Amino acid sequence: MATSKTILIVDDDQDYLFQTKLKIEKFGYQVITAESQREAELIIDKTMPDLAIIDLMMENEDSGFILSYKIKKKYPAVPVIIATAVATETGISFDINDENNRKWIKADLFLEKGIRSDLLKDEIDRLLIKK
Amino acid sequence: MSILKILVVDDEPGIRSGVSRILRNFRVDYPFMEEPYEFEVYEASTGESGIEIIETNQPDILLLDNKLPGIQGIEVLDYVKKRKLNIVVVMITSYASLELAVKATSDGAYDFIPKPFTPQELKSSIENITKRAFLKKMTRDLQDSGKQVRFQFLSVLSHELKAPLNAIEGYLQMTKERQLGDKIEDYNQIIDRSLERIKGMRNLILDLLDLTKVESGKMKQDISDVDLLKIAHTAIETMRPYSIQRDIVINLDVPHNLFVKADAEEIEIIFNNLISNAIKYNKKGGTVDFVISENGDSIEINVKDSGIGMTQPEMDKLFQDFVRIKNEKTKNITGSGLGLSIVKKLVENYGGKIDVCSVPDQGSQFIVTLPKEKPCL
Repeated sequence: MATSKTILIVDDDQDYLFQTKLKIEKFGYQVITAESQREAELIIDKTMPDLAIIDLMMENEDSGFILSYKIKKKYPAVPVIIATAVATETGISFDINDENNRKWIKADLFLEKGIRSDLLKDEIDRLLIKK
Repeated sequence: MSILKILVVDDEPGIRSGVSRILRNFRVDYPFMEEPYEFEVYEASTGESGIEIIETNQPDILLLDNKLPGIQGIEVLDYVKKRKLNIVVVMITSYASLELAVKATSDGAYDFIPKPFTPQELKSSIENITKRAFLKKMTRDLQDSGKQVRFQFLSVLSHELKAPLNAIEGYLQMTKERQLGDKIEDYNQIIDRSLERIKGMRNLILDLLDLTKVESGKMKQDISDVDLLKIAHTAIETMRPYSIQRDIVINLDVPHNLFVKADAEEIEIIFNNLISNAIKYNKKGGTVDFVISENGDSIEINVKDSGIGMTQPEMDKLFQDFVRIKNEKTKNITGSGLGLSIVKKLVENYGGKIDVCSVPDQGSQFIVTLPKEKPCL
């Protein structure tokens, strides 16, 4: 696959990052990783990924939202997935399909962090095709 | 009926009486409020007398003209800001002074009312401020009752406990599926990472136990004359493997026969946390100076490292639960984010305080001041 798509993964948990990278490489995508919102911002300055998967809580508890906003501002067509464990832990859930939330949360999709590999692949493929 | 106190500082009597008149029968109602807010207006014709009223009557809202006979409005704003008073400041100003408006906003003014203003302009500004004050009060009440804090604490705690489980689970899954190869050596790295995460989790649980003791176990405190030199030796011994591993020299300077009335175990928790941080966030081959001195009725514990240091914004959030300073330099250092918040709680329980100063890349210094005997309050 000469033109394999590039996926940016951002997470401050290096183990999660390592595992997700491996998983997504197995799906046949290229992977760039960043361990913080700041590092990710430096990357998107220079590189446009085809899709981004970002953690919600990093340096700040809303790092993921801010990063998602910045990615969308620079590359409106790039799909952004926010991977989080927030919903199960706090009971707070953000419904991305809700019109009000859509206005301020710029991400395309929220995923639970423990999601099964095959489901993750389906979601990534779906967003990339839609794009 | 809730009352908000408004202080208007303006040298023009017409403006002051105008504000009083407009707000006399004004009420703000808001769906979530149990009762409407009404206003009590205080007047001052100079900044100086304004500050006096601020001190005696603690207004909630300050309507402030900038051009005053003595000190200027912006200086009054500065006064409010420096004392961190809980007052919403609104500048009354003419449109012409845009520059001032910008400065005042960056100094913490909440809003502007153009001069001259209509009653409606004043009312709508006051209405907004009232809603904001109400929301702030609600948040404060929630925090005071501990609910908010508790909630945040538990959600972060569960996040911190789950993250290592997820990581280890992921690695076990990879091993089960032989994703990295057939030889056990292929898995060395992820076994090490799993062990590291387990260690982190164990430390978190130990810190949580300390925290629980601090927060609930006050009845079980075993107060005696604690020999600080002895505890310092114990703490350094506890940390010895770690300091050897990181090639760190610990210099100890604690007078003989220096005692505080305290729970020995708690003093040890304080020492352990300070020393382990000074080792952890140090450079390889660095030093830690652990110095205790006597200062009248109190003692000062001074722990200084030659490590990575911190920036001011990092220092500002250092003592909160689960706050870990995340940057390039700390990314391979594990910690629960509870250590310093435990130290702070303990120290404050004894009527003491903890200060920090730090220079990035040069080191940090923590200074704990403890009264020799807890003052009875």
